[in-house]
Amino acid sequence: MKKTPLYEKHLELKGKVIDFGGWALPVEYQGIISEHEAVRTAAGLFDVSHMGEVTVKGPDAEKYIQKLIVNDISPMENYQIFYSPMCYPDGGVVDDLLVYKFNKEDYFIVINASNTDKDVRWFMDHLEGNVEVKNVSDDYGELALQGPKAEMILQKLTDTDLNEIGFFRFMPDVKICGVPALVSRTGYTGEDGFEIYVDPAQAPFLWDKILEAGKGEGLVPAGLGARDTLRFEACLPLYGQEIDKDITPLEAGLGSFVKLDKEDFIGKEALLKQKESGIPRKLVAFEMLDRGIARSHYEVQAGGKKIGFVTTGSYSPTLKKNIGLALIDREYAREGGEIEVIVRNKSLKAKIVENPFYRKKYKK
Amino acid sequence: MKILNDLKYTKSHEWIKVEGDKALVGITDYAQEHLGEIVFVELPEPGAELAAGDSLGVVESVKAVADVYVPASGIVKEINEELLDDPGKLNEDAFGNWLISLELTDPAQLDELLDASEYEKLCKEED
Repeated sequence: MKKTPLYEKHLELKGKVIDFGGWALPVEYQGIISEHEAVRTAAGLFDVSHMGEVTVKGPDAEKYIQKLIVNDISPMENYQIFYSPMCYPDGGVVDDLLVYKFNKEDYFIVINASNTDKDVRWFMDHLEGNVEVKNVSDDYGELALQGPKAEMILQKLTDTDLNEIGFFRFMPDVKICGVPALVSRTGYTGEDGFEIYVDPAQAPFLWDKILEAGKGEGLVPAGLGARDTLRFEACLPLYGQEIDKDITPLEAGLGSFVKLDKEDFIGKEALLKQKESGIPRKLVAFEMLDRGIARSHYEVQAGGKKIGFVTTGSYSPTLKKNIGLALIDREYAREGGEIEVIVRNKSLKAKIVENPFYRKKYKK
Repeated sequence: MKILNDLKYTKSHEWIKVEGDKALVGITDYAQEHLGEIVFVELPEPGAELAAGDSLGVVESVKAVADVYVPASGIVKEINEELLDDPGKLNEDAFGNWLISLELTDPAQLDELLDASEYEKLCKEED
């Protein structure tokens, strides 16, 4: 298993370390529910050093990225961040990613850990024009400080006014306890917060400093388990579940990131066609009515007929209910409608509800 | 981790305790600790006839679904309904909160189960 620069910290904190796509990472320290609640009410600190990072530089950098992703980065300002799916020619998703723009010739792209090798190959296979693409994943440790108290805690450690970093914006050279870091106001929890990219050798030092600064504020170290329940309540998609090579971003409810009026990009034809002929499936949020927890890949039925499957299902620590997301045939995707989830060969009733379950509390 | 001396154990981390003509069945402290916060319990209908090794229900944490297997054959007499509403009790005291009571149909099977010291050894090996 690969270790992040914070591996020793996880052991010190008695984290339950598991194999997460080849990475040794903590699923929890004190418990998923208490870590989840800490992020919703105070703050949590996550090790996300496993995330992949790629730089794209050169005179044709913008043009090259425009071709690869479905979002349109032409309106981006310097030091702004855009989210985008990246698609195959058939409209299925290669990965979803964040594009950080330094300037028109210099971008920093953050990709999913488990997709890093595949994505880098995809980037390399589609090289065009004067660009240089580099996998710099090993050059960065990444911490995510998330929650309503994130800004207040991080502010204690830096002279930079963090208030100046707007939502989905970043600053490249923030000194935190003297350590230079790229700091962005982004995250994967539905709360305000920051993602902090640093020299891996400095990551353990910053980890300790941040935890220390948050001690009296309710900050806790949080694991992958809480990261998943938090993103799930906010209906933020996870690759391999809500989006995948067989699911288009239009089906996954990410249509607002698909700019079909953009000149040319991989997957455009297929996505246009899907939009025109009617998107066949839709991602819906549901709440269990019968007793039981829906889990990923459980079958979903209506009147005994298969109409789709659960992408993510769990107990929701915030709502204290059993909830889920499912990809189902469009004709059944109506709020208030009843569906059935097949749990261990039993058909359990569920109701389609408003998406997201949890309204994001971003600072805009 | 807690292990009680007067119980019998399975390799799949259930305990069984014979009390007169019935037996109580639960999951061990080791099992609850490894599962994490338990948020859901599914139990069989009273009257169900189960053979040793059959699944009697499931215990679910936020992340995991774990089958619970019956240590010895028998007929389900009662289920612990309190756990359906408050599954977290299993985290507080796994040995104090039984899942089902059984009328054993083949008590000789109990001899094949692990005693406390054998079970303790198993847990150490698995960690």
